[in-house]
Amino acid sequence: MTTTTTFRLYLLFSFFVLFAQWSPVLSDLLISKLDRKVDLTSQVVRITATLKLENPGNDQISEVLLPFPDHQAKDLAFLVATTSEGKGKTKTSSSSLPIKVVNPEGLPPSLTWYSVTLLKELGKGQSLTLEVRTAFTHALRPFPEKITQADIQLLVFQESAYYLSPYAVNVQSLSVKLPEPKVESYTKLENTKFSGSEIKYGPYENLPPFSYSPIAVHFVSNKPFAVAQELVREIEISHWGNVQITEHYNLVNAGATSIGEFSRLEYQARPHLRGASSFRHLVAKLPPRAHSIYYRDEIGNISTSNIWGDSSKTLLEIEPRYPMFGGWRTSFTIGYGLPLKDYLFRAEGKRFLNISFGCPMDEVVVDNLVVKVILPEGSKDISVSVPFSVKESRETKFSHLDMIGRPVVALEKTNAVPEHNQYFQVYYRFSNLSLLREPMMLISGFFFLFVACIVYMHADLTISKSSPSYLAKLQWDEVQSALQQIQSIMNHCLGIHDKLEASLRDLSRTGDVQACKAARKSADNMLKELSKDMKPLLSFLQSSPLAVSSYSKVEELVAKEKELQEKLIVKHTTVTDSYEKKSGGRDIENRIAPIQQKITALRQEVDDLLEVIDEI
Amino acid sequence: MVAKMEKATDLLSSPQSLFSLKSLKLKTKQQELLIRISILCLVYILAFITRLFSVLRYESMIHEFDPYFNYRTTLYLTQKGFYEFWNWFDSESWYPLGRIIGGTLYPGLMVTAAFIYWVLRFLRFAVHIREVCVLTAPFFASNTTLVAYFFGKELWDSGAGLVAAALIAICPGYISRSVAGSYDNEAVAIFALLLTFYLFVKAVKGGSLAWSLASAFGYFYMVSAWGGYIFIINLIPLYVLVLLVTGRYSMRLYVAYNCMYILGMLLAMQIRFVGFQHVQSGEHMAAMGVFFLMQVFYFLDWVKHLLNDQKLFQAFLRITLTCAISVGAIALGVGTASGYISPWTGRFYSLLDPTYAKDHIPIIASVSEHQPTAWSSFMFDFHILLILFPAGLYFCFKRLSDATIFIVMYGLTSMYFAGVMVRLILVATPAVCLISAIAVSATIKNLSQLVRTKTKPTQGGSGKGTTSAKTSSKGALDQSLPYQKNGAIALLVGAFYLLTRYAIHCTWVTSEAYSSPSIVLAARGAHGNRVIFDDYREAYFWLRQNTPSDAKVMSWWDYGYQITAMGNRTVIVDNNTWNNTHIATVGRAMSSYEDEAYEIMRSLDVDYVLVVFGGVTGYSSDDINKFLWMVRIGGGVFPVIKEPDYLVNGEYRVDKGAAPKMLNCLMYKLSYYRFGELTTEYGKPPGYDRARGVEIGNKDIKLEYLEEAYTTSNWIVRIYKVKPPKNRW
Repeated sequence: MTTTTTFRLYLLFSFFVLFAQWSPVLSDLLISKLDRKVDLTSQVVRITATLKLENPGNDQISEVLLPFPDHQAKDLAFLVATTSEGKGKTKTSSSSLPIKVVNPEGLPPSLTWYSVTLLKELGKGQSLTLEVRTAFTHALRPFPEKITQADIQLLVFQESAYYLSPYAVNVQSLSVKLPEPKVESYTKLENTKFSGSEIKYGPYENLPPFSYSPIAVHFVSNKPFAVAQELVREIEISHWGNVQITEHYNLVNAGATSIGEFSRLEYQARPHLRGASSFRHLVAKLPPRAHSIYYRDEIGNISTSNIWGDSSKTLLEIEPRYPMFGGWRTSFTIGYGLPLKDYLFRAEGKRFLNISFGCPMDEVVVDNLVVKVILPEGSKDISVSVPFSVKESRETKFSHLDMIGRPVVALEKTNAVPEHNQYFQVYYRFSNLSLLREPMMLISGFFFLFVACIVYMHADLTISKSSPSYLAKLQWDEVQSALQQIQSIMNHCLGIHDKLEASLRDLSRTGDVQACKAARKSADNMLKELSKDMKPLLSFLQSSPLAVSSYSKVEELVAKEKELQEKLIVKHTTVTDSYEKKSGGRDIENRIAPIQQKITALRQEVDDLLEVIDEI
Repeated sequence: MVAKMEKATDLLSSPQSLFSLKSLKLKTKQQELLIRISILCLVYILAFITRLFSVLRYESMIHEFDPYFNYRTTLYLTQKGFYEFWNWFDSESWYPLGRIIGGTLYPGLMVTAAFIYWVLRFLRFAVHIREVCVLTAPFFASNTTLVAYFFGKELWDSGAGLVAAALIAICPGYISRSVAGSYDNEAVAIFALLLTFYLFVKAVKGGSLAWSLASAFGYFYMVSAWGGYIFIINLIPLYVLVLLVTGRYSMRLYVAYNCMYILGMLLAMQIRFVGFQHVQSGEHMAAMGVFFLMQVFYFLDWVKHLLNDQKLFQAFLRITLTCAISVGAIALGVGTASGYISPWTGRFYSLLDPTYAKDHIPIIASVSEHQPTAWSSFMFDFHILLILFPAGLYFCFKRLSDATIFIVMYGLTSMYFAGVMVRLILVATPAVCLISAIAVSATIKNLSQLVRTKTKPTQGGSGKGTTSAKTSSKGALDQSLPYQKNGAIALLVGAFYLLTRYAIHCTWVTSEAYSSPSIVLAARGAHGNRVIFDDYREAYFWLRQNTPSDAKVMSWWDYGYQITAMGNRTVIVDNNTWNNTHIATVGRAMSSYEDEAYEIMRSLDVDYVLVVFGGVTGYSSDDINKFLWMVRIGGGVFPVIKEPDYLVNGEYRVDKGAAPKMLNCLMYKLSYYRFGELTTEYGKPPGYDRARGVEIGNKDIKLEYLEEAYTTSNWIVRIYKVKPPKNRW
């Protein structure tokens, strides 16, 4: 009982003043036939009005006025008017007509006026069919406003049975389509019919301008009431071949608020009865080649999502962490990548991005939609073209390796509905050379790092050049370089020894004694020079206190090498001498055999010593 | 990078080497350096990527309990700056007391992560702070391998250093607390600990003031990062004492210890949480005592040098020692008596006496990682290192030096602590790895030398003939060579087999056991598919979104950090168990009847109560299984709560035979509310608890003062709303 009385009061409260006192001051346009269809099957109220306009007067008419009461106008999300020519099946609808807000004088101020400019002026006696499609958000009010888990959700819809118009209407009718054939109550006027899930009002004939007769429909609806209070879509263009889209949702179930206990047991056992007003998942319709899709929120990845698709679309079914009962909120982020070539084109030296504007979920209404297009760093001459009015602003965003930041075009739209899912374009100039900037930065960064390392390795950063440890280090460096020089000289000597041996082999092959002697002479000279070079190094090592241990080894090495050298010369002379004396091969072998043995032993020792010195 | 440079220089020098083939010999050293650096680089990378299993298996998220607090504070630090962070009074925890965050935490970890974040930001890498936090632990684990290399090089040789780096890179004992996402103090603390020890050993070895200063700074970093610095400040004095006793006192030691202690102490005082503890707390007194002892020792040395008379010196020694000891004892006694020096804390006691916590501090004993270690977990965390450890000790004793004495002491003491508490295995891990590395390196070096020396003499022998005296002895060796060589080869193969097993074991343990974030639970489904239980986050996110922003949530302290970090709501108690009475109040509320509990909850302004319940999924670490601890901790402060009331013949049960108080206490009611109507398992009666395997005893639970607000999809977390008081008329 109480419920119904409050309901009546509620209706009374929103009753509308009749505008009969305002006489038609406008042109004498006449609506000969009007048909309105109200679609209440989702949370967005869609009203399609088909108006047949006639011009009985003399003036040429180029504008048609569409008034909306203020309470409706604030919910008006989408308005489009098209004309259709011809009749019946052959009619063709033209593109949408330009619409602007006007403020005609002398008309009731509590109305918001839109003016449709006709493409072709309407002459006397001519007629035209105008189709006006509107979409309203938040026009459905849950009633009662608070329900428990087990209750079903009831909604109230209010409208006028008569079309509110500054023009007289000859014949009009209204039909309201409900989501379910269940209705709690509805205003009964004359000519009201309720059948199936549709309520019909009318036809009403010959109504004067500004006729108004409020009606209310109270009906059952468990359609999801997902409202994104804020949706930020970031579209980031990378000229390396990817368009990355990130969407941040702030979602609420704007249906009747859930009160009382939430019982998981009941919800689990009978989800359709004990949780009828809640929704579990949403489906996002993504473009066909979407890849790297993710779904997460502030505290991590959400694992309850599903994805499937075909060549025309990718469907992403996302499930919030918990079932969304009335008044419950959630926030999440979905992201995906798209191939660049499908969305970026060139025209007249400019590039332009052509991508859809709205939210990819059909069931979601967005209160405040912000679309941010992040262009690559260094883009210039940015311009935007959007098929409907939006608030535009510019920002800069810093991402990986940005120096001056990326230009961001932010487009803001309130009350966005799926009808706003239209393509829009962002034009800009971008030089391909800028693409190389970031890789070059990385390369030069690493280059300078390596250079710095090299400089550090070679630079002497000691503060106190007179400290004993530093001096010791310097001395040690000198000792080491001396040792290295000695080693290279030794290696040289050994090379000369090899040459001597080679000359002996040549001798046995060719018998050219003179050449062999010459070789010995030159080798002798070279060895002498080398030993001359060696002297200062040896004396330095002897004087250096740090080289005490290594000096003995070096000394030993030098001595051994000298011995080896002598033996070699002896061997060489014996062999050449015996060749001169034409001794037999066997004889020579016998004579040099003991020397040869010593030579090999000495060679071995010299090698060992060299190795030892190498390890110092 | 350095390896690349090496390569580059190699390439540059190659024309020279072509010029004379003999100069190729010079390259052996460079080659060795190149190999060493590339091994180190590989180990560095390996240490990092093996810790990424958790990201692969789950996702890039913060793990477990404490890391959530660290993450929350890091977030605050990066958003508000250091000054705000340092003076942060957090009213979201310990309601209504609040917590002074800046003065009650070790800021090292947060500052490190924030610093890395700022550097990356400065270099124009647009990273998220969460990613930095997740990867901080692997990054520092990689750095630890470098320190381990240098430490090993200092202790033994560069070979041992390399082996140590490789062992510590994958040792499960360390990985368990440094996987990606395990954003805890220990993640940087082990690095700091090992660095401090390395620098100190280096300082003692060279007597260098610079190294000693560096080790003081290492100590400062350690103090800023983890409460485990107590271990350093007690181990180093102990080490010094041992050196004094064994007659290894030297000027180097004097310089190193005095500089490190004084500077380290002064630096540590800058951390607000530590404050003046270095001069006021019993745990730090050993270091101070050793410091004074060193002065006395030095003084005596000087006097001995001045007085050449042995007898006179003996008398002087006696007097000075008696004086010094009595003055020290009196100072300590007076300090303790007057309360200037605080006595040892419970945690410290429980380390020295493993049974202490069980009897006196239930809040410490209730934590599973404070339990004594089982043999199996030693085996699990160390694997072959457990066998190699004694072998390494043997090698250390064989080549005793100041450095090896240190590592032996570090190994033995930390092994003891690892036995007392499970979590301290972490502290023992670097020591165990280093000592085992010495064993591995020394063994393999010996064996490979054996294998190599055999080949050389056979070549030389054939070349030289058999005349010299040397070759005859070698010939004798040759007799035993085939056997020795085969033996050595077999042993080498065995060693490599063991090391391979170790690597396999470590990888397996990392991927299976230590990569779970414990926020997201994974199980195998009936068809072998992976089932994910994401109930915790479901509940926390529900709290975050659907409760008033000033709502106070009461839960057992385990979930406090997670609720504040993920749920963004005020909690009554959390994992920083600083106020035992407050926790006991919550324990008391949980173990009282609903009406009594309601009074307590009203007095604490509680809006929601959160319990964790595993009866549906069989998740065993839920609140019912923790309940006895709540009773014990609550009973410790409020004697109205008596443990026997909840037990039947000393047995804890939840079925029909359970104690009546148990069946009607708040925790039982909240866990099992409406559970009696649910069939959990086919063929079992409704209300069958899968975690405990019984049918519950009280199926008809009515709640008067609370109502179910939310239960997650697998019932793991249940949230209740506390109803407002009824109108009085």
